[in-house]
Amino acid sequence: MDFSLSKKHLLARALFKEFAETEVKPFATEVDETEVFPRHTVEKMAKSGFLGIPIPKEYGGQGCDALTYVMCVEELSKVCATTGVIVSAHTSLCCDPILTYGTEEQKQKYLVPLAKGEKLGAFGLTEPGAGTDAQGMQTKAVLDGDNYVLNGSKIFITNGKEADIYIIFAVTDIVTDKRGRAKKEISAFIVEKGTPGFDFGTKEKKMGIRGSSTYELIFTDCRVPKENLLGVKGKGFGMAMHTLDGGRIGIASQALGIAEGALDRTVEYVKERKQFGRAIGAFQNTQFQLANLATNVQAAQLMVYKAAQAKSTQKRYTVEAAMAKLFAAEVAMDVTTKCVQLHGGYGYTREYEVERMMRDAKITEIYEGTSEVQRMVISGDLLS
Amino acid sequence: MKIIVCIKQVPDTKGGVKFKPDGTLDRGAMLSIMNPDDKAGLEAALTLKDKYGAEVTVLSMGLPKAEDVLREALAMGADKAILVTDRVLGGADTWATSTTIAGAIRNLDYDLIITGRQAIDGDTAQVGPQISEHLNIPVISYAQKIEVEGDYVIVERQFDDRYHVLKAKMPCLITALSELNKPRYMTPGGIFDAYDAEITQWGRADLKDVDDSNLGLSGSPTKIAKASDKVRKGAGEKVVLDAEESVKYIMDKLNEKHII
Amino acid sequence: MDLNDYKGVFIFAQQVDNKIDNIAYELIGKGKELAAALNTTVTAVLAGYKVKDLADSLAEYGADRVIVVDDPALEVYMTEPYTHAIASVINEFKPEIMLVGATAIGRDLGPRVSARVATGLTADCTFLEIGTFHEKENQLLMTRPAFGGNTIATIACPDNRPQMATVRPGVMQKLDPTPGAKAEVVEYNPGFTPDHKYVEILKVVKEVANVADIMDAKILVSGGRGMGSPENFKMLEELADALGGMVSCSRACVDAGWMPKAMQVGQTGKTVRPNLYIACGISGAIQHLAGMEESDVIIAINKDETAPIFDVADYGIVGDVKAIVPKLTEAIKNSKA
Repeated sequence: MDFSLSKKHLLARALFKEFAETEVKPFATEVDETEVFPRHTVEKMAKSGFLGIPIPKEYGGQGCDALTYVMCVEELSKVCATTGVIVSAHTSLCCDPILTYGTEEQKQKYLVPLAKGEKLGAFGLTEPGAGTDAQGMQTKAVLDGDNYVLNGSKIFITNGKEADIYIIFAVTDIVTDKRGRAKKEISAFIVEKGTPGFDFGTKEKKMGIRGSSTYELIFTDCRVPKENLLGVKGKGFGMAMHTLDGGRIGIASQALGIAEGALDRTVEYVKERKQFGRAIGAFQNTQFQLANLATNVQAAQLMVYKAAQAKSTQKRYTVEAAMAKLFAAEVAMDVTTKCVQLHGGYGYTREYEVERMMRDAKITEIYEGTSEVQRMVISGDLLS
Repeated sequence: MKIIVCIKQVPDTKGGVKFKPDGTLDRGAMLSIMNPDDKAGLEAALTLKDKYGAEVTVLSMGLPKAEDVLREALAMGADKAILVTDRVLGGADTWATSTTIAGAIRNLDYDLIITGRQAIDGDTAQVGPQISEHLNIPVISYAQKIEVEGDYVIVERQFDDRYHVLKAKMPCLITALSELNKPRYMTPGGIFDAYDAEITQWGRADLKDVDDSNLGLSGSPTKIAKASDKVRKGAGEKVVLDAEESVKYIMDKLNEKHII
Repeated sequence: MDLNDYKGVFIFAQQVDNKIDNIAYELIGKGKELAAALNTTVTAVLAGYKVKDLADSLAEYGADRVIVVDDPALEVYMTEPYTHAIASVINEFKPEIMLVGATAIGRDLGPRVSARVATGLTADCTFLEIGTFHEKENQLLMTRPAFGGNTIATIACPDNRPQMATVRPGVMQKLDPTPGAKAEVVEYNPGFTPDHKYVEILKVVKEVANVADIMDAKILVSGGRGMGSPENFKMLEELADALGGMVSCSRACVDAGWMPKAMQVGQTGKTVRPNLYIACGISGAIQHLAGMEESDVIIAINKDETAPIFDVADYGIVGDVKAIVPKLTEAIKNSKA
């Protein structure tokens, strides 16, 4: 068991760090304040290959492993969680399912431009009455000639209005199970922006990750060519869950990055800020708190990296992903809250970045499966 | 077109300089980076490659660990990397360094050699022009723009209050300023490939047409008589005042010093 | 090489557009001092086209002899013909010391000449003296900053001649001119035959802005990244106008495209030594300090109280530069009214 990173991973981390510090950090506050999607940053990331890190070269990607991808989201999130989630949603939730389930034609047509960063991806599963609960899904897709006709809506979609290519889940059939109960069968579709009948609803006003474009997607008699069915018809729910396993590793990395970023800034701050004639870092309370936070951050990092390794080497990594996400998200929330506290009154103001980080951290306990859902997944596996 | 880019691994002085307790520079505690002017030179070469098609070879003289900057160059898009490293080459001044690099370059085909103007550790700006002299080719220093036209390069050379637009027949050598461009980032995939790539290592025996008397410490005409860390003048007063008070404070000092 | 064949202190008298650059006079000033220690003379090497008339001003600033290389090939500075000119003068007249300004031209010319005549070259010297190196007397000891100004090193060139150095402009003192002083003028032309190393000049473009040189200013108001935007330099110009000084800047502002390179102070810009240097929103990277810390009085305004600029400032104000500067300009105007 080797916990040291290889030289190439170290250099990749140095690259992500330099990019984050130079290209992302200067805009992080502005992105948060104005709630404007950082399109320019996305273009720069595309140029540097950040939008196709774990995708094979033959499909326009970088041909790196999951660990490299995770370090990218981590370093970006250290300075700007909005930028982190843009990459995570694009890569884990859109590129990854096309790579896993797509036909060769679909990969050439959609994955190549996505991995090159010429196009941005998004993922639409959640509805007002359904997320992890498949039976609540209302969006329908009905085959009509050569097209599936989609009707319904999706909410809380990351990269919502900014993406070009969407993975959309819809009910394609209702079957009767062995016990005679009606059961919805779900399928996945690749939908392009601009398809007639595909519109955007309201933009969410969020607590954190405010520069990420979170929209409602509305489908009204939206005709999607039947060759855009992704994977096997009726197997969509399993595909969605498997995709979310990967997505959770991305969010876990985002949470890890937020925690690390807050800790870094707080370490700097306590060295400078003086109270009662001493730097606050000289007080034992500060020292012990920081020790606890750093220890938890280290633990989160090990879990996130382990989950990334599992994704590279195992067919199933549901539990590793759920544990990493659960733990990293709760660490992020705890670390940022305590970092704000260590900053005192200043920590509550927008002058200091920990204020934003605490707001950004909260979402990691919620999206792509709340912490409660992660516990269900983990306990379900334990008790099965 | 074949382009050789000379790069140097240098300690990073940007993030602050580290000192040992005895007051001497702690080189070991500082990160090593690709010299910024050299990186601009590499970017210039890669831009030419994108535009006209070219094979870009990066060459570095240094310790074995200089391999790191060569891999970085490969990850940015260079095609080949050569490391010139040998104990007998150590301690070289600019003369011995340029002699060594010229000796290595004589083994290669090239149309263009690009070096950075100067390295941030030595700040001499000598090695590039000296290499060109050893190789008997023209040099254009301080390039702020480079174009290729047939067998010629058209270069804007920056001087203080003006620039010259110059045309030189290739092969020639150009020294690049970090203002020349903003170097591209490595790509993650480029990094992975760079670590699978072979780096050619050359030693003294591989240098062509050079005399031992011009190499290493003993072959360096300039010798260090003494080196020390610079003693700075001490800080003066420092006050925290609002704008009105600050103005009054400054005015008092300017009067005191008879400046106004 | 018989080192005893090499005699005298030579300086390269840089001219541009047939106007002697200040650095030439500074080198003569320092050269006189070195020559006195060696009991020898100072020769200025003047290369150009139709430049012979300029020899007198070199004499007025102390040159004992002027070697003029006058040729159409030298009309505009070009590396190869100038290298040929200076290397030929060295081979013909065998100086023991050859000083060149560490200007853009000198830093291009120096290395090429030193490689051609096979000697060492010490770049960017800030201090020169005659001393002993490893028991060899009468050596030129050349002191220069390295490592972005963090260290200084003293270099000797004991076994090769000439001992060559480029010298930072603005560091050595020129002598007071003696009107009417004359020097021995020697004309020398090694012959110029264009070869493959000649580079063709297609165009010379002068950047019109800022004809005055920040190195000549007695008062500099210098802006850094902390000014926030190029527009905010307007307030620095107003302050500089009120004080009768000029505006300069840090490297960050040049890199950001706010200000032209000619206004940059620091290791890769210019070394300045004004009577008053007001650093506005400049954090004071070591490379910047290397270019201005010799100023007589340094005032720094920066909102970051840990900024390294305060380590060299005589008077440091922790505060908002954008609030202070306009008020200061008013106050100075009022005091002068």
